[in-house]
Amino acid sequence: MPETNGHDAPRVGFYVCHCGHNIAGIVDVAEVARFAGTLPNVIVARDYKYMCSDPGQELIITDIREHRLNRIVVASCSPLLHEHTFRVATEKGGLNPFYFQMVNIREDVSWVTENHDAATHKALDLVRAAVRRVAHHRSLATKHVRIHPDVLVVGAGISGIHAALTLANAGKKVTLVEREPTIGGHMAMFDKTFPTLDCAACILTPKMSAVKNHPNITLWSYSEVSEVSGYVGSYTVKVKRKPRFVSEELCVGCMECIDACVYKEGKTPDEFNQGLSKRKPVYIPFPQATPQVVLIDPDTCIEFKSGRCKKTCVEKCDRNAIDFKQKEEIKEIQVGTIILATGFKTFDPKRIPYYGYGKYPNVYSSLEVERLVNASGPTGGDLVLRDGRHPKTVGIIHCVGSRDRNTNRWCSRTCCMYSLKLAHLLKEHSEAEVYNFYIDIRAAGKAYEEFYDKLLEENIHFIRGRVAEVTDWSARPEEEGKMIIRVEDTLIGVVRRVPVDMVVLAVGMEPQADSQDVRRMFNISCSTEGFFLERHPKLAPVDTFTDGIFIAGACQGPKDIPDSVAQAGAAAAQALSLIDAGEVELEPNTAYVVEESCSGCKSCLNICPYTAITRDETRQKAFINEALCKGCGTCVATCPSGAIRQNLFEDEQIFSEIEGLLQEKESVLTGGGAWRAPA
Amino acid sequence: MSYLYFPGCSLRSTGRPYEESILAVFRKLNIPLKELDDWNCCGATAYVSIDENRAFTLAARNLAIAERMQNNGNAGEDLMAPCSACYLVLEKTQHYMKTDEGVNTEVTAALRRGGFDYKGTTKVRHPLDILVNDIGIERIAKAVVRPMKGMKVACYYGCQVVRPFETFDHAAYPTTMDRLVTALGATAIDWPMKARCCGGSLTGTIQEAGLRLNRALLKEAEKRGANIILTCCPLCQHNLECYQKRINRRFGESIHIPVAYFTQFIGLALGIPRKELGIQRLFIPLKFADPPTKEAHAHA
Repeated sequence: MPETNGHDAPRVGFYVCHCGHNIAGIVDVAEVARFAGTLPNVIVARDYKYMCSDPGQELIITDIREHRLNRIVVASCSPLLHEHTFRVATEKGGLNPFYFQMVNIREDVSWVTENHDAATHKALDLVRAAVRRVAHHRSLATKHVRIHPDVLVVGAGISGIHAALTLANAGKKVTLVEREPTIGGHMAMFDKTFPTLDCAACILTPKMSAVKNHPNITLWSYSEVSEVSGYVGSYTVKVKRKPRFVSEELCVGCMECIDACVYKEGKTPDEFNQGLSKRKPVYIPFPQATPQVVLIDPDTCIEFKSGRCKKTCVEKCDRNAIDFKQKEEIKEIQVGTIILATGFKTFDPKRIPYYGYGKYPNVYSSLEVERLVNASGPTGGDLVLRDGRHPKTVGIIHCVGSRDRNTNRWCSRTCCMYSLKLAHLLKEHSEAEVYNFYIDIRAAGKAYEEFYDKLLEENIHFIRGRVAEVTDWSARPEEEGKMIIRVEDTLIGVVRRVPVDMVVLAVGMEPQADSQDVRRMFNISCSTEGFFLERHPKLAPVDTFTDGIFIAGACQGPKDIPDSVAQAGAAAAQALSLIDAGEVELEPNTAYVVEESCSGCKSCLNICPYTAITRDETRQKAFINEALCKGCGTCVATCPSGAIRQNLFEDEQIFSEIEGLLQEKESVLTGGGAWRAPA
Repeated sequence: MSYLYFPGCSLRSTGRPYEESILAVFRKLNIPLKELDDWNCCGATAYVSIDENRAFTLAARNLAIAERMQNNGNAGEDLMAPCSACYLVLEKTQHYMKTDEGVNTEVTAALRRGGFDYKGTTKVRHPLDILVNDIGIERIAKAVVRPMKGMKVACYYGCQVVRPFETFDHAAYPTTMDRLVTALGATAIDWPMKARCCGGSLTGTIQEAGLRLNRALLKEAEKRGANIILTCCPLCQHNLECYQKRINRRFGESIHIPVAYFTQFIGLALGIPRKELGIQRLFIPLKFADPPTKEAHAHA
């Protein structure tokens, strides 16, 4: 694009957006336009219903041509949303796109006040600042970086698996990193899935083995990402591969070492079975684990504790796969894009002591019950309680750790449906009467309401009311030896005491315990509750605010399997679109060195968080790598001789903006809300 | 370590043994208490349900006096309120004065007219909190001369010390008193009624409901083998102790279990004479022999 008029006297076009009622409902937009029209350099000032729409952009383009404009200011929403839109419009009109300045009068003004006068007042201040600033804008060139075609997928639950397979099938090389010894995530623990009741293993294990065997996928299980650096298109990732003390290359998963272990019985609560069974120090999480490789837990293995074990496992392994000296390894890979599918954790029901989890043995979390009714679970699907009895009555308590001001305020979205599913399975596995205690049944999803209908016909009881407590305080002879669920039945308006043998707590979904660490490592954001934040809740649901990093599945918020898979596909598609475009434009807001002022003092070298600055030893000057610079401005502020400047944040731009904000208010809000233009 | 002390009306009437035992225990532990100057009604009672802001104003005057005393030679002394109702209304007043502009404006204006300029620095504390968290279970355990072996205690907290603010213990399953009595050599029984309603003033208004609530507590304590119930609130103590006969008549039960203040129990363990602890004022006598203690020998 040739330079157009940029160095001539500024001729500013100003536009204020109504954003429907979003802005115009609070800010007097007509007044804003009128006021802008009185400012120096402003040639055209208009208000329009939706500036981001085609006709809105067309206004800018036409005005640039007809009025020979060379600067554009739009007062509308956050630059995160539409700065790009308006830069493109500016460019279409024939200007360099960086002769544009945006004023946020929606998030910063109309959405945060109810006071019309104050809102308009603030909007005018911001507009005056932007009009002054834009006069100092310069023509800039965007930079392009190449996108490395390889992708990193973090987390190998159903979301990560689906994303990895989608990318691999499109011919991209994928590294799939999973923290646990096996892939499969929570879904691998489930018995059946709602609303179709098809078996979770039957639909998941084929995908797990496809991951293992895909030539384009490198699977690193029992591994964690430890460091991420770089930028969109060119990320360098370090992955910590934890030692299994068994060689992945040699082990064939025959599991004979497990039988041969000097421990005749397992002693450690089995993680995969939610502690409902015990495992040995050498173990495999479950028979279909992928990869089919055993591992040794050094915390419980006698050889690690005393060094004096008979090592019967080693004797038994004819492939010599066991290696007690295996060390943690750090691998480094280069990728262009990253998909985070790190999943969720279930709410810890101990946090609600009045539901008795951990106190009464027959109170279970829903995840435990998934294992209990599972044919490959610790009891082979036999519904036997911790005290050896078979339950005659079961109460399922909904919304444990969801929709609750004391714990988590959000709806976990999956619990209603999995509670219905568990109710059906419990009935199928026993003669028990099953009670559901619910606040609302949220069965919004394809064929979900129909599933609920079906259950109503299966003689499952539904009592509407949030359970007050689970207690062993018996008030009647028939309650002796049982747990009593106390609840207000809000449909008939009485307080009920329902004696049961088994309580199932439908625990909600929470962010992973280390989601904040992961967020920092990948430089993305979390919403207040700790789930990863999408770039836009509707229009960019799998993008993050960091280019090239996408999110999928329950790490973004509670989600069931269909939604997780859909998101994983979307994240893969977003990565593919970047990869196939081959390169990406970078914001030119980087810092640069004015060499004649640079004394080579090195003050800037160590303070750069992105190690973008080096010192050219022959010329004794600082040098900034534009591809690494993120435009944070730290070096600009640090440089003692003012030799570092930053595109789009030049001193004169910032100072003129401040002057605009602080300009003596000759104009004050007069009685009728009208403004006088400054003299 | 020293405290300002707000007795409130109960401790000077139905709750006398509570005050007697608190004063005796704190004296024994060498923790000075200084009664709040010119204190007035805490504002709990029926007042708070009729006009909250006036009730808060009453409470706030006590808080303001405490602050003034802190500024005049009693620096750093928290205000101890043993009655749960006093404790809660004082806490509530603090809370609303900090979070509710309307309450703050009205109460502050009223205090100004009374010559107070309250900054909101007073900390309200319950003696259970002070004994366990400031003085410490260890220090109390060291002072025990008569271990309470064989006593099976149902620790009963009631509602107001833990709800809604959860200042020093869990709202539904508090454990402070349990830990304390265990250190005195007694056994704390685990029961699900620790913080359940004692009926409050229902025993005097809708008695049927009040009696039913108390019956559930008393029966469960007996069923789980308790031979004493300890409380930290004068109204709880009154409800649980005084209505046992009536509950037995009404429901055909045969409940008979002593209900004492936790401070009386501590006092016994520390070897303080029964009279000084107001034990003789209990309607259902505490019948276990006072074994000879070191001090008793000394007196003999």
